[in-house]
Amino acid sequence: MECQECHQRKATVHLTQVINGQKTEVHVCEHCAKDKGYMSYGEENFSLSNLLSGLFHSESPSTFKGKQAHTQQQTPQLQCPTCGMTYQEFARIGKFGCGNCYETFDERLNPVLRRVHSGNTTHDGKIPKREGGHLHLKRELDEHKSNLRQLIEQEEFEQAAKVRDKIRTLESRIHEGEDGEQ
Amino acid sequence: MSLQQFMNEALSPWMKQDGPDSDIVLSSRIRLARNFSSSPFPLIASDETLEKVLDFFKEEYKGQSFRDYKGFEIVQMNDLEPVEKRVLVEKHLISPHLAEKPEHSAALISENEQVSIMINEEDHIRLQLYFPGFQLDKALEQASQLDDWLEEKINYAFDEKRGYLTACPTNVGTGMRASVMMHLPALSMTQQINRMTPAINQLGLVVRGIYGEGSEALGNIYQISNQITLGKSEQDIVEDLHSVVKQLIDQERRAREALISRSGVQLEDRIFRSYGVLKHSRIIESKEAAKCLSDLRLGIDLKLIDDIPRTILNELMILTQPGFLQQYAKASLNPDERDVRRASLIRERLQLENEE
Repeated sequence: MECQECHQRKATVHLTQVINGQKTEVHVCEHCAKDKGYMSYGEENFSLSNLLSGLFHSESPSTFKGKQAHTQQQTPQLQCPTCGMTYQEFARIGKFGCGNCYETFDERLNPVLRRVHSGNTTHDGKIPKREGGHLHLKRELDEHKSNLRQLIEQEEFEQAAKVRDKIRTLESRIHEGEDGEQ
Repeated sequence: MSLQQFMNEALSPWMKQDGPDSDIVLSSRIRLARNFSSSPFPLIASDETLEKVLDFFKEEYKGQSFRDYKGFEIVQMNDLEPVEKRVLVEKHLISPHLAEKPEHSAALISENEQVSIMINEEDHIRLQLYFPGFQLDKALEQASQLDDWLEEKINYAFDEKRGYLTACPTNVGTGMRASVMMHLPALSMTQQINRMTPAINQLGLVVRGIYGEGSEALGNIYQISNQITLGKSEQDIVEDLHSVVKQLIDQERRAREALISRSGVQLEDRIFRSYGVLKHSRIIESKEAAKCLSDLRLGIDLKLIDDIPRTILNELMILTQPGFLQQYAKASLNPDERDVRRASLIRERLQLENEE
């Protein structure tokens, strides 16, 4: 069978596309398949990032080629203003382009992160000393607040009053910090 | 301090010390992934950006010291011959990925080779710190201090919700991969390790052979590491890993005792046969060498063999890899030539030890 694109080489790539219930068959040579984008990730071997990028698609059950056409039509082009990475590109390679991509693709990240990190989506570890800024104070504040609730439940009001004062000082320090930054 | 030193010695200085449980745990490692907040990640960054990152490290850290980690040296990938890169990979000083992308990438390595900071790998910064034996807590503490030291001059890409931002979503959060290298001959011989792996996986930890492909662990050496980096603190991750490794150590010790009491002579025979092969063979493939070295190591642990120190096995494991063999031969060798070279190198090294 000859390639239906160039009519010169032998067709070695055979695809069945289903778009909106319409089934069409495509027979092309490897060269044209790459040219026409039928084999967008044919070059590299199957790697972790391929596997990973599979996770981004798995919500829409449809066939290989149909799926790509699908996402391109239906979702508005989401693009990181800092590095120019589009969501499609990110989903294909499974890697972010820059730190700001996290912000840009934020609303779509939770399902992915949940799968990769056993259901977790938010950080609970180290905070950088300088960059973290008042985050350290916020964490401390959260701890005091839960401590305060506990003390009130246990009716240890004297202790609770002390903790409340600590919370007030912390809150004012955080406010100062935020004002200072602006 | 020069590149030559990194190349000549198979054993990094820190590997020559014994750590806690070092009959079973070869090393503990903490790796942190970090990025500059203002630059695109290496995958899509422009040449200028990558060069800027590299220059920053050259200017700020070359020749610097931090506590025990002295005399940081910059090794640039495009200054290296392929075989030299291979040697650094075999010593675990750089990742295979770094070796593959020579442009604007480098490693900042401390004199004692405990710290290697890879620059412009998948992330701008990949800091890794090794300790001999089972010392995860200490490794975490010191890696975190090294991280603070870098942060004094670098604005990290960090987000309140997602933590340290990394190129790959599998590293985001703590950016930390903690891992332990273990020699588990008895658990491998009895197939118990295969039965334990699924349970370990369920705890968010991964078990894999460190040398060799797929599930096969060449030389019965396994790496146990955390998979999850988001939603758990560094301390909790290390604690989980610690408790699993602790159990593996106990299980391995128990399996060794059971092997001795059930089939002592057979085990002894196997160990001494391997010793014989290493001492006398003229041609040896890396797979066979790894198997025999594992047996020999077990023989030393069980005090069946007492005329060679354990560190020599760590050394031979690295020395008999293709990169090192060629570095020693000062020539590129085809696989057949390597097998001959490997056999003679092992013979000579064991001979040397017996004479001393």
